[in-house]
Amino acid sequence: MRLRLSPSAWIGAAMIATFVVLGLLGPVLSPYDPSHTDLASRFLPASAAHWLGTDSSGIDTLSELLWGAREALVISFLVVAITSITGVMLGTIAGWFGGAVDEIIMRLVDILMAFPGILLNIAVVATVAHPGLGVIIFALCINGWVSYARVARSQVLALRERDYVSAAIALGASNRRVMFQHLIPNLLGPAFVQMSFGLGSVIIIEASLSFLGLGPQLDYTWGAMLAQGVSFSWKAGFSSYVFIPGVAIAWVLLGANLLGDGLRDRFDPRQRGRA
Amino acid sequence: MSIGSFLLRRLGSGLLAILGVCVLTFGFLHLVPGDPIDHLAGGDVTAAQRKSLEQCMGLDKPLATQFVTFLGHIADGTLGHQCPDPQKKPTVAARIREVMPYTIELAIAAMLVAIVLAIPLGVVAAMKRGTWIDTAATAVSLTGIVIPIMLLAQVLLVWFFVDLGWLPGPTETGFASLLLPALALGTHLMAMLSRMTRSSMVDVLAEDFVRTARAKGVSERRVVFVHALRNALLPVITIAGLQFGSLLSGSIIVEKVFARPGLGLTLLDAISERDYPMVQGITFVIAVIYIAVNTLVDIAYGLADPRIRRG
Repeated sequence: MRLRLSPSAWIGAAMIATFVVLGLLGPVLSPYDPSHTDLASRFLPASAAHWLGTDSSGIDTLSELLWGAREALVISFLVVAITSITGVMLGTIAGWFGGAVDEIIMRLVDILMAFPGILLNIAVVATVAHPGLGVIIFALCINGWVSYARVARSQVLALRERDYVSAAIALGASNRRVMFQHLIPNLLGPAFVQMSFGLGSVIIIEASLSFLGLGPQLDYTWGAMLAQGVSFSWKAGFSSYVFIPGVAIAWVLLGANLLGDGLRDRFDPRQRGRA
Repeated sequence: MSIGSFLLRRLGSGLLAILGVCVLTFGFLHLVPGDPIDHLAGGDVTAAQRKSLEQCMGLDKPLATQFVTFLGHIADGTLGHQCPDPQKKPTVAARIREVMPYTIELAIAAMLVAIVLAIPLGVVAAMKRGTWIDTAATAVSLTGIVIPIMLLAQVLLVWFFVDLGWLPGPTETGFASLLLPALALGTHLMAMLSRMTRSSMVDVLAEDFVRTARAKGVSERRVVFVHALRNALLPVITIAGLQFGSLLSGSIIVEKVFARPGLGLTLLDAISERDYPMVQGITFVIAVIYIAVNTLVDIAYGLADPRIRRG
């Protein structure tokens, strides 16, 4: 499949690629061990030894940022993979079988959507005093699949009327064969669009949870860095501690949005030129 | 579909969602595999504390009994009791009533900020489509979409309150103290709405009735503000209404940064004090407000635009 994307979509893709590479190589590239505290070198400004300076415990900010990129990459990759597969499967099942199955899945979707924004994620994480990576991923997945399911279902409702689907049924294809051979391949375009936006929303939700002190404990996260930065940003000239992790989060979000907009223009021509 | 059955159907699905919210809010504690008390307390409590937490939350009773008690607390309007030490504290509902006005006024102020800024931005971008003004407006809305709310809130606070001293910060009360938090909370919605206003205006300006108005010699100003804008705004206002709930949940972060004693800050305190009934109560109340607002917005939209009722 040839991808013809707008220049801004390619910029977005390059931004995401930077994030992925830095996330993969982060621990190797980071010049210092982020668990190494050195009280003699607290609050150092940017220098050749510490490109982004050091924080209140003498931890190298660049190293913490790179380890944070690893954390963000692991969480977003797993959550996007789990939610997109679950969502597309459940949406396809709901749209294809209809009836009671559809009703049950879509009512579940409605209920999960009744919790706005990060409320549901917070309520789940709040049940665990010291959440680890697994709990955070679970909390992000619990309602993350919903938008994939809604879009997949509406696509299936349109696709099931197509002649090639009727032909497959007439030839005696099983439900499974129709779903995997004829429906799901045609759902992938819109699913890519959503995965791109989904990546952005996972990054921001995870950062928000960490910022609120509800993220994975004992790990390095951008949200926790931001929360720590807030505690010194009252001092004049210390706003860089808020900006550095904040810009890292915004970088991934911008990349995801530019790529998502570009993919949407590519896969849904009706939307071209709008928004 | 007649108006009556449209109303009934919409109210019915709202009530069904509230029922689902009851079940799920109750179920959170049991969703994560393992013993709820172990999770909540994190293993660093004495056996006596553990016992009292268990009793306070009714976790020593069978699941069905717990659920009936939970529903009973919703029915009697108390939403349960705060744990630990339920006797010394007000009921969950009493505490929520105390702090809720702070969050509601913040969310309404943020909504107003978003709408007031977004509509002119979107209209100007649509009218100057393809020029640098359009590009600049797109850049503004993209920035608003990608900037993390915690960064924005902190930057606004430090620049406008600490450094410049132009606007009141968390220590003050009154209408003006709402400005900074409302701007922090409303920016994301503003960005979304200005993009929508732009695309909605672009569509409407291409409609036949706009061309007819122009052909009749109606002034460009009148075409844009009377003929086009009125039609373009209906979907924008509807989306704004449907986002009210996101403002409530976004206020959790803004209230933390600005130390505003609203629902969000109370929720965070409850989490750190392991006051799970309070967490459930606040989650439930926000979800119910969200469902109620969305149902009303849908009904209003359906009444305003008869095409919607057919779906």
